[in-house]
Amino acid sequence: MGKTLYRKIWEKHLVVDEKDQPSVLYIDLHLVHEVTSPQAFEGLRIQNRKVRRPDLTLATMDHSIPTRNRSLPIQDEIARKQVETLVDNCRDFGIELFDLKSANQGIVHVIAPELGITQPGQTIVCGDSHTSTHGAFGALAFGIGTSEVEHVLATQTLKQYQSKTLAINVKGELPLGTTAKDLILSIIGKYGHDFATGYVIEYRGEAIRNLSMEERMTVCNMSIEMGARAGLIAPDETTFAYLKGKECAPKGTEWEAALTEWKTLSTDEDATFDLEIDFDAEHVTPQVTWGTNPGQVVGINEKVPNPAELPENQKRSIEKALDYMGLAPETPMTEVQVDKVFIGSCTNSRIEDLRKAAAVVSGHQVAEKVEALVVPGSQLVKQQAEAEGLDQIFLQAGFEWREAGCSMCLGMNDDLVGPEERCASTSNRNFEGRQGRKARTHLVSPEMAAAAAIAGHFVDVRKWPTKELKGANV
Amino acid sequence: MQSFTTVTGVVAPLDAVNVDTDAIIPKQFLKRIERKGFGQFLFYDWRYENGQEKPEFVLNKEPYRNAPILLTRKNFGCGSSREHAPWALSEFGIRVILAPSFADIFHNNCFKNGILPIVLPEEVIQSLFQQAETQPGFELSVDLASQSVKGANGFKASFEIAPYRKQLLLEGLDEVGATLKAEDRITEFEEKHKVFYQLSF
Ligand code: SF4
Repeated sequence: MGKTLYRKIWEKHLVVDEKDQPSVLYIDLHLVHEVTSPQAFEGLRIQNRKVRRPDLTLATMDHSIPTRNRSLPIQDEIARKQVETLVDNCRDFGIELFDLKSANQGIVHVIAPELGITQPGQTIVCGDSHTSTHGAFGALAFGIGTSEVEHVLATQTLKQYQSKTLAINVKGELPLGTTAKDLILSIIGKYGHDFATGYVIEYRGEAIRNLSMEERMTVCNMSIEMGARAGLIAPDETTFAYLKGKECAPKGTEWEAALTEWKTLSTDEDATFDLEIDFDAEHVTPQVTWGTNPGQVVGINEKVPNPAELPENQKRSIEKALDYMGLAPETPMTEVQVDKVFIGSCTNSRIEDLRKAAAVVSGHQVAEKVEALVVPGSQLVKQQAEAEGLDQIFLQAGFEWREAGCSMCLGMNDDLVGPEERCASTSNRNFEGRQGRKARTHLVSPEMAAAAAIAGHFVDVRKWPTKELKGANV
Repeated sequence: MQSFTTVTGVVAPLDAVNVDTDAIIPKQFLKRIERKGFGQFLFYDWRYENGQEKPEFVLNKEPYRNAPILLTRKNFGCGSSREHAPWALSEFGIRVILAPSFADIFHNNCFKNGILPIVLPEEVIQSLFQQAETQPGFELSVDLASQSVKGANGFKASFEIAPYRKQLLLEGLDEVGATLKAEDRITEFEEKHKVFYQLSF
């Protein structure tokens, strides 16, 4: 019988496979950042252990760093200590680090793909749940805890149980004016926030094939918001074209060898999944979350749900979410006003995201009382955007233009949403307190966030008079 | 790691679905580079308001302040992979979590930190909530070896656990050390395995 893509990658990485034991899986790429690694390095030191493959380990700083005044020392003493600890650890253990001065610094899930380090068929781990992003290349990529970070540093392997497999077949085409973000939010909204727990998802079908690599990353990024261990998209010509010529991608005969191998990476016709669902792309509309998990989402022309109309077992958690969000039942989403707008995060901070947001913003002004910021996912994205003049479009409209990092996605630095402030955010989590204590987060696409910044409330971006970008290479 | 055999104690009912790791330990406390010191920040935004304890939060009430067993709803521990969440729970004194389901990464992280996450059917969890809420001081006994949960009132349930994870908790294994014992196998694997990138900047 045929094999799924997941099974193929799994088998290629099996080091030890014994009955009643988790398998020992080889790891091709280990990404490291400042927040979830210090205790792992400390563990190595206590046991006098080395990093087995520093050449397969890459570190950056992204979570707790400031996004402005980078030439000054980090003000927050504890954050500074954490960042310095990463510098020391990378030096002591011989690990490549993109520090704050590096032209390659950025959000861990943005930098590895853009440098061509993320490749089809790899196993990739990081002490970060959004490692699922890299699945867009047909790599098995997932988040791990700090104890596992230590295990991978010391052994370049991980003990793993096999996951169940779930195919999501996305039929048809995404309608004009809707995005990959709307697609994944619609899927989570339909099936629920914990629907895929225990599964590795493979996204398939026409709508997925038509996505660019950056859009595929947006989709895979949010697999974890359904509880999935990982999300996968089989590599194809789009993948190969994206990788070709990237700094760390193979060249010459190596490229040919890699390509031959990558082309074997798809689910066989006669393979079966533990679960398979079809999803119709044609009805997707621009999405806005109203609650405190990403599954609590509706179309822009819909209303905040009314708990009174819902079954008893859902009522209470929805009332609690609406209370936290400060929303009355049945409020039309287009009437919800915003205080802040954040365009950034590993979900939506790549160059295509910034181009699309800039096209919406061009020629307009950010609404009075709205604070809006754009935080490119990496220094390379920032540089590219500046070369295209996108920074000027944002700045002239009244947005702030920052240095690369996670920023307001989780507010570990001083990019915070204040208590009871409402934020349109292109990130991936609207949990209570995620962007700040009592902060109210609405997840949207970059286009929807940009339009909300201008209008001061959510609007249907399909009706937006988006201008051709002048002077920008879009 | 603290090894795990049996735990008997008060059951704290935390009646919420989808409790995420951002709620268990908010991001502002993740800047510390130590493994210790997180217990004080457990459920920070739910436990405190302006630095004062919120009396209505379950873990601020007697007899739950020292409860070793947490009872909760589905999808506990979803979201961020932060192991700071089990660190904080463990330091606070939680050794067992009972829920209808757990998020994957959190579930995995528990076993590395001497916490036993037990999955029980939704109806059983519902009946435990009723008992915990109507009988103040309601206690349970959890025995890992026999994979059972018992109450003085006759409540009984058994649970599943992978043999390796059971051993991990019972013996507090050094997992890295154990894997390194098979280092030859890793070396052998590496000789045949190829990656197509090189990090040189
Ligand atoms: S951007 Fe947000 S979700 Fe992505 S790695 Fe950073 S903090 Fe995590």
